[in-house]
Amino acid sequence: MNWLTNFVKPKIRAIVGKKDVPENLWSKCNGCGEMLFHRDLKDNLGVCNQCNQHHKISPVERFDSLFDNSEYELIETPKVISDPLKFRDTKKYTDRLKENRSKTGSTESIILAHGKVNKIKTVIASQNFSFMGGSLGMGTGESIINAANYCVKNNCVLIIIAAAGGARMQEGILSLMQLPRTIIAIDSLKQKKIPYISILTDPTTGGVTASYAMLGDISIAEPGALIGFAGPRVIENTIREKLPENFQQSEKLLQNGMLDMVIDRRELKETLGKIIKLITINNKNFDHT
Amino acid sequence: MNIILEFEKPIVELEGKLKELKHLVNSGDSKARIESSKLEKKIDTTLKEIYKKLTPWEKVLVARHPGRPHFLDYINGFIEDYIPLSGDRSFGEDTALIGGIGLFRGFSVVLIGNEKGHDTKTRLERNFGMAHPEGYRKASRLMNLANKFNLPVLTFVDTAGAYPGVEAEQRGQAEAIARCIESCINLKTPLISSIVGEGGSGGAMALAAGNKVIMLEHSIYSVISPEGCASILWRNSERSKDAAEALKLTSKDMLELNVVDKVVREPVGGAHRKPSEVINDLATVIEEQLIELNFAENKSYSDDRKEKFLAIGRITNQ
Ligand SMILES: [Zn+2]
Repeated sequence: MNWLTNFVKPKIRAIVGKKDVPENLWSKCNGCGEMLFHRDLKDNLGVCNQCNQHHKISPVERFDSLFDNSEYELIETPKVISDPLKFRDTKKYTDRLKENRSKTGSTESIILAHGKVNKIKTVIASQNFSFMGGSLGMGTGESIINAANYCVKNNCVLIIIAAAGGARMQEGILSLMQLPRTIIAIDSLKQKKIPYISILTDPTTGGVTASYAMLGDISIAEPGALIGFAGPRVIENTIREKLPENFQQSEKLLQNGMLDMVIDRRELKETLGKIIKLITINNKNFDHT
Repeated sequence: MNIILEFEKPIVELEGKLKELKHLVNSGDSKARIESSKLEKKIDTTLKEIYKKLTPWEKVLVARHPGRPHFLDYINGFIEDYIPLSGDRSFGEDTALIGGIGLFRGFSVVLIGNEKGHDTKTRLERNFGMAHPEGYRKASRLMNLANKFNLPVLTFVDTAGAYPGVEAEQRGQAEAIARCIESCINLKTPLISSIVGEGGSGGAMALAAGNKVIMLEHSIYSVISPEGCASILWRNSERSKDAAEALKLTSKDMLELNVVDKVVREPVGGAHRKPSEVINDLATVIEEQLIELNFAENKSYSDDRKEKFLAIGRITNQ
């Protein structure tokens, strides 16, 4: 079945439309600098065949690669107060929002979808780094709450794919309030013993790691992802020393005991399928037939 | 520490004059007596004038004033039988985020707070109030203790943020903060959080998910420091004043945004001018809030807290 024609609402089609670079184009690998044929890179889920660099991919590409048969339905992102502080830096926040909305075709830095992974009902919430650096704002937080509520109501596994620099400064203290709010959402899954799997991608830092991203029952990161609380530049400015190489890279976090695993994006679906089956097997809320 | 903020300089000048006059008064100069009482009035009105129109950036400076009362000053001020408790039982003891048990106006309570220190030596010892993961893990441990023994928890927030360092990262700063917030959320007893100085980002949030959140008038509460915000959004750290304005980080803003429940007025000229007054006033408000929470009769503190935070910023009539 083709998800584009069957499931995806017009807005999402717009993302794909805009992001679909003509297939005969080449792009340069961020890792090794090799010129990669765009279609090959896409078929390879954004991973470089030469150096294994994991390039950023869109939420739609994530859904497409993780849900069984690429079948899923979107869950609407809830409405929130827009620009509560009337924030303005060198630009008005409302203008920034407009720009990011037309650039990505979505209203917020996160998109929710439900479908099945290894035949088990699952909700995936995927952050979009192209939307204001994936930043955690009120809309993002409310979407995560919405995703968790959906999981509790419909007995679905929750997967959040994090990609964000942190909280959204333009929403001031109300973005900081998304830390407790999203933690409350994750916590609500416990009542039905619903698993929450956190997938940390490049980059995941700040308020996002200090809330839901580090609280997965299972924590998985992509190779080479920058994961931390403070960004490297802030740390360097504070300690005024050269930082150890790659110390905030997912592989190092794995060594330090902060993650369950670091796995290749191309193996993610299979691994998730196994995990979800194994941990829901004794939970009567999940249908295993 | 005797630090004079830029906008306090006119006051300090007048106070210098007053000191000289007092000498003359003491030596029996009757003219000086009249002058000095006039001057006292002038100091008072000038101070009021200055503090009435403090800009958000000036409030940031007041909130960071080293002479402002800190966690240990509050403990000494209104806690009896304070017993400090140490360590996270997994790595170490954090001197920037400390806690213990004690008696507050008849209630046995768990106390947790950021301690910045008051002079160069203690500020260094306290890492300027910036905690490592072990601090947040200790805080979680103390909240578990509060759960087990049915004790209300009082937290005191005063930090620029969690420490951004290599080792802090390696030991899981983000995870420690997230777990600490989770502990606050799930605490079965009342949690009253007071923001007494700087409420900086996730490192502050870790202790601030209270049933009641109190803020001192000139404290600040923000998702990022004005300096950090300026350097990211304006690409110019010199624009901190603009960032402080835009971030809406004052106690007045917090009341309007429903992020805090109660603001405690500070003496004219800020908490650093009359620390003991502020300490007493805060104690009175905490006691009121604790009584209002009806400890022991109401048992749904965790659910109430969740509801409270879920309601923040939400559109109500959708
Ligand atoms: Zn490459």
